[in-house]
Amino acid sequence: MKRRDLVGLLFCAPWLLGFLVFMLLPMGAALYYSFCDYSIVQAPAFIGLANYRELLADALFWRSLYNTLYFAAGAVLLGLLTSLVLALLLNCRVRGLAFYRTVFFLPSLMPVVAGSILWMWMYAGDGGIINTALKAVGLPGPAWLADPRFAKPALILMSMWGAGHAMVILLAGLQDIPTALYEAAVIDGAGWWQRLRHVTVPLVTPVILFNLVMGLIVSLQVFTQAFIMTGASGAPERATLFYVLRLYQVAFRDLRMGYGCAMAWILFLVILGLTALLIRFSGKWVQYER
Amino acid sequence: MHHPRQAFRFLRGVAALALPAAAVVGLAAGCGKGAVPPDAGTGPRKIIYWEKWTGFEGEAAEQVVKTFNAQEQQKARTTPAYRPIQVQLVSVAEIEQKLMVAIAGGNPPDVAGIETKMLYPYIDKGALLDLTEMIAGAGISKADYIPVFWNMCEHHGRQWALPTTPSTTALHWNKRLFSEAGLNPDVPPATLEELDAWAEKLTRWEVVGGDGTKEIRTGFCTNIPDADKRLVQVGFLPAEPGWWPFLWCYHFGGRLFDENGNVTAAAPENVQAFEWLASYSKKLGVAHLQRFISGFGNFSSPQNPFLSGKVAMEIQGVWMYNFIDKYAPGLQWGVAPFPYPKSRPELARTTLADVDMVVIPKGARHPQEAFAFMRYLNSQEGMEMLCLGHRKFSPLMKVSSGFVSAHPHPYVALFRDLAFSPTVVAMPKSGTWNEYQREMENAAGGVQDLNVTPAAALAGVQARLSGAVERNRRTSQATPTP
Repeated sequence: MKRRDLVGLLFCAPWLLGFLVFMLLPMGAALYYSFCDYSIVQAPAFIGLANYRELLADALFWRSLYNTLYFAAGAVLLGLLTSLVLALLLNCRVRGLAFYRTVFFLPSLMPVVAGSILWMWMYAGDGGIINTALKAVGLPGPAWLADPRFAKPALILMSMWGAGHAMVILLAGLQDIPTALYEAAVIDGAGWWQRLRHVTVPLVTPVILFNLVMGLIVSLQVFTQAFIMTGASGAPERATLFYVLRLYQVAFRDLRMGYGCAMAWILFLVILGLTALLIRFSGKWVQYER
Repeated sequence: MHHPRQAFRFLRGVAALALPAAAVVGLAAGCGKGAVPPDAGTGPRKIIYWEKWTGFEGEAAEQVVKTFNAQEQQKARTTPAYRPIQVQLVSVAEIEQKLMVAIAGGNPPDVAGIETKMLYPYIDKGALLDLTEMIAGAGISKADYIPVFWNMCEHHGRQWALPTTPSTTALHWNKRLFSEAGLNPDVPPATLEELDAWAEKLTRWEVVGGDGTKEIRTGFCTNIPDADKRLVQVGFLPAEPGWWPFLWCYHFGGRLFDENGNVTAAAPENVQAFEWLASYSKKLGVAHLQRFISGFGNFSSPQNPFLSGKVAMEIQGVWMYNFIDKYAPGLQWGVAPFPYPKSRPELARTTLADVDMVVIPKGARHPQEAFAFMRYLNSQEGMEMLCLGHRKFSPLMKVSSGFVSAHPHPYVALFRDLAFSPTVVAMPKSGTWNEYQREMENAAGGVQDLNVTPAAALAGVQARLSGAVERNRRTSQATPTP
């Protein structure tokens, strides 16, 4: 091995070591434990595929998977749309642009715990700001977090609060688009909509794909909001029993670490599969400039 | 302990924690450290005591620890060769998870303050030291304690813990709201039938008339259209505070396990109890209730619905006094045994008893010293200092006159008496209890939203829990306690 390679490896070593010890090894161990009956304190007892078999027959596993996919679909799409619209607005030349950019980015800096508590107040059935506003325009407000029909949509709406990150990345993508293309489009007689449809959106599709993938990975692991806002039990009526919340229940409350590890690995495969699908089919709609 | 084993333990600790799901990481603190060198033969013997309490409860524990440490130092001054025990109190949040991880990592504290619901799963997993001999050797016996609390520390015929601060539950009522509703403020309902009838008198709505004027109406007001009314006060709500939906089963004479440990969730008394839960949703309306309840403030705040007068009667524990004192010192309130079904007078003093407790985790380095401290904590002096600080009663049979006269809680004697009730309820000793409680909570939620009938909801609990109990039996055999 050349001296250069060694130096390179040396510089990578901290990350490599961290990755090995804190990611690869635990993942491997979790895979092994997923085939065991394991309560952390006792030695793991190998039970083959029993955990996976039980999972397939566990109604709560399916319920939590459904809840999570529902949430992820809503949160990712709505979040993407919101951040795209915001990025487009903030890409206009208006007075006080820096101020608006800061304001729209700020909420995403708020810790999830603080944000969750704030939104609990906003969603309060009686006297919450959202229902007060709805009442002012003559609409009946539901008990957002207490009504099984509204709990998931409420959490999806709340997830837009964090659209700031995607917005900033999209904004960078928008500013990367050469003005020459817009000038050419204008000369060809393209209006506002045509410029958006045929110049802007195609050229930010790589950024959209990135946000889509990242958003999906994050939303499929949704935990904190539900843990804080609906009492850690998936209430009301298990409408917010998300996958990782269920995993937490079995692993850390019921001390069934093996079962939890099996769930964790299934989630990993689900995320891996969905990400691979997104990237596999991205060739159809993502356009790279060069 | 040789090296490969240590390495395996370390890996095991780390690996078990770092699940691919990122949300559950972050609990690794304190896990998997190598062995600490054994004590040198001189100097004080230091032990670590993990306790979940914070605030004034933490301060009370701190005071007991300080007194114990001072007494030990005094002993060392008078006895030359004596090495005093010095306890270091560490306040630990989320102790349920952290303690298990610390035990698995081979580096637990010497003493840990836990809750009942943690005890039985921990025992079943072999995570605690059996204290039976130490307790007997110290001359501590069943006769020293209120029976229910001693029994809670026992499992499989062995003693695993010593009690600290106990609690029982009872009906709390708001005397001012009673007077306003024309009820005698000093007489609480005795039967559930009275409770239901009085709850109606204590329920108030804001009603909007045809001309837009608002007025307050009393009663369930079922004849007024939903759009024209808004709940502003309820007499009683089974869902407030809603911490023990399973407890209603006991108030109706039901139970959750039979004597062989089989699940009895769908017992007729339990169905009756859940019918009663549903009756409040029917009388008040699900949408009204959901909106009303979701407007309640934090439990620990002046906006607590009982403290702010939104709920006139509520089941609460001996701790409620602390919150009344802090957030609503002007509240006129009373406490009485929770009402019983008129046809079942033998259920008159049904109450949920619970107790915090101290244990010695398996792998603790100083079990003897740890027990010496626990013994002091369970002496009359130590226990009364702690329980007075927590403003609870003492789980010990012997009570000093000073404790009684110094106690600020006006109803503490009633809570203590309730602990002796023949129908006192203690949490079932089952490794599946966490799961059971979650299932009951979910069932109660569905029943209160009128989305599922009580019979169907409890049949669902029965099915799921029977499976869980079966699994628990199977796996306890598959992995015997090491």
